[in-house]
Amino acid sequence: MADVLVYVLHYEGAFNKNSLGAISEGAARAAEIGGACDAVVVGGPDLTDDLCKTLGEYGARKVFRAAGSEGLAQPVVDVLDKVISDGGHRYAIFGGGLLGFEIGAGLAARRQAGVTMEVTAVRADGDELVAERPILGDSKISVSRYRGDLGIIIGRINAFELHESPGSDAEIVDVTVEYSPWSQQAEMVTRGEQRGADVDIEGADILVAGGRGLGKAEGFELAEGLAAAFGGNSAVAATRAVVDAGWYPYAAQIGQTGKTVSPKLYLAAGISGAIQHKVGMQSSENIVAINKDANAPIFEFSDLGIVGDLNKILPKLTEAIKAKKAG
Amino acid sequence: MKICVLVKEVPDAAVEKRINPSTGRMDRSGEKNLNPYDTHAIEAAMQLREGGHVQVDEIVAVTMGPESAVRALHKAVSLGADRSLHLSDESLAGSDVAATGYALAKALEKESPDLVLLGQQSDDGECYTIGAVVADHLKMPSLTQVIKLDVDGDALRLERQAEYGYDTVRVRFPAVISVGDAINEPRYPSLKAIMGAKKKPLEAVDAAGAGIDLSLVGVDGSRVQCGEFKDPPAKAAGQIIEDDNTDETVEKIVAWLDERKLI
Repeated sequence: MADVLVYVLHYEGAFNKNSLGAISEGAARAAEIGGACDAVVVGGPDLTDDLCKTLGEYGARKVFRAAGSEGLAQPVVDVLDKVISDGGHRYAIFGGGLLGFEIGAGLAARRQAGVTMEVTAVRADGDELVAERPILGDSKISVSRYRGDLGIIIGRINAFELHESPGSDAEIVDVTVEYSPWSQQAEMVTRGEQRGADVDIEGADILVAGGRGLGKAEGFELAEGLAAAFGGNSAVAATRAVVDAGWYPYAAQIGQTGKTVSPKLYLAAGISGAIQHKVGMQSSENIVAINKDANAPIFEFSDLGIVGDLNKILPKLTEAIKAKKAG
Repeated sequence: MKICVLVKEVPDAAVEKRINPSTGRMDRSGEKNLNPYDTHAIEAAMQLREGGHVQVDEIVAVTMGPESAVRALHKAVSLGADRSLHLSDESLAGSDVAATGYALAKALEKESPDLVLLGQQSDDGECYTIGAVVADHLKMPSLTQVIKLDVDGDALRLERQAEYGYDTVRVRFPAVISVGDAINEPRYPSLKAIMGAKKKPLEAVDAAGAGIDLSLVGVDGSRVQCGEFKDPPAKAAGQIIEDDNTDETVEKIVAWLDERKLI
């Protein structure tokens, strides 16, 4: 028996897409090593029977449901620890995101298990699962093999594809967990607060994205001017660093804790291209990057890269595109 | 209160990183520096001390690594730590994330800190998880990627960006908190602090001294084996333009976009 366990994050009555992808991945891989995939959910009364059983459509056999606080990692570690103690699951898979990292790492400590993060592929090798992870700025792939009773796999965001087969219900099992004292030392005050204006970047065909290289909040005027010149279905997006700095609204953020986009054109201005950003935009059809640092990682996955000062290039590019449109 | 700050020596960002083919581990030779993310953790400790809402009696920099890691501790002390603790032992080499977190937790246990601070990631390993591992071994609550930190009675009030927006979390001491780089602007050390750093107390401890179970660390104690390195699927290299003449550059960009019907 080699079963897989997946933690499924939810918010306001909806499951997280990356968690659902992890169930599909877990179910497919578990089948190859003679096991099944179960899911764990932790939360309040919004985790109804009707909602939880739909996890079967993504491949879950059972759903272990525990009442507990949401949005914090350690209560989930307590629940997973209990479910694995009882059920003997061999692998735990997380769909990425901030909580997946925290829970996976906490579980590794709790059960003395091996953990691999930023995993982009899982495959069966004999009766074991191995995980592949890009390292050194995605220039190499490293393969993880696990020893011991449990292997923990934390996926990179969007790594696992979601497969639905409507009509299959999962069995719901309620579990009672005694939360560890240190899990109860943290308490959520407010969750999911939106900061700044509500903007739609997911539907845009053309995105002009700005990073630290814009220099200051006012630098976004250049990005907005360029997006306006493109006209039509274009918008401005931002990196996490500048959103955290308060330069641009949270709703416009691309990347690991933000949105995933795949527009026809992604024009990155002053963005270095850290992995956490790359995972949110790498499937864009055309990527153009402007950065003054010739060694910026973004040039490694751009279709067109311009090494230069965006303060000189963006205004002229904006004018040239306006002229082209008018002509 | 006592604050321990976990720091790490990493290869300088300008040095190209590679895997040593004979050991299968990252080649960490070459120019080294204090992990830039850790400077934000030290700064956060300093701001707690200077903020006056809580009495910070001591800030201790803690690292695990070979002899050369002492330089990261000197840097940490020059940025404000009062003394440092260096966990170093041959048997720890090759430890994976879980084993490293266990070893660090054992070293921290002796200090019994009220707060452990660290940077959100190391510049070389690209992991974001060591804080969560350390915390569970210490039986302390943990929160990562924190961008705002305030004292609130017997607790910290913390903010961070998570999956659905910004979360505010109240965490009672003792706790392990990893901070994001948006939390502060680290100060530059004064010349006096740099010169004085080597005179501050530095305690070395080995695995036995920290009470580490050797079956849980090193290559053999690690539960993950990494290897079989290979190249990712090749992606066609993009075109690069060096902007020597902006008018010409812009012309080229417009032609490129026009060819793909993007204007």
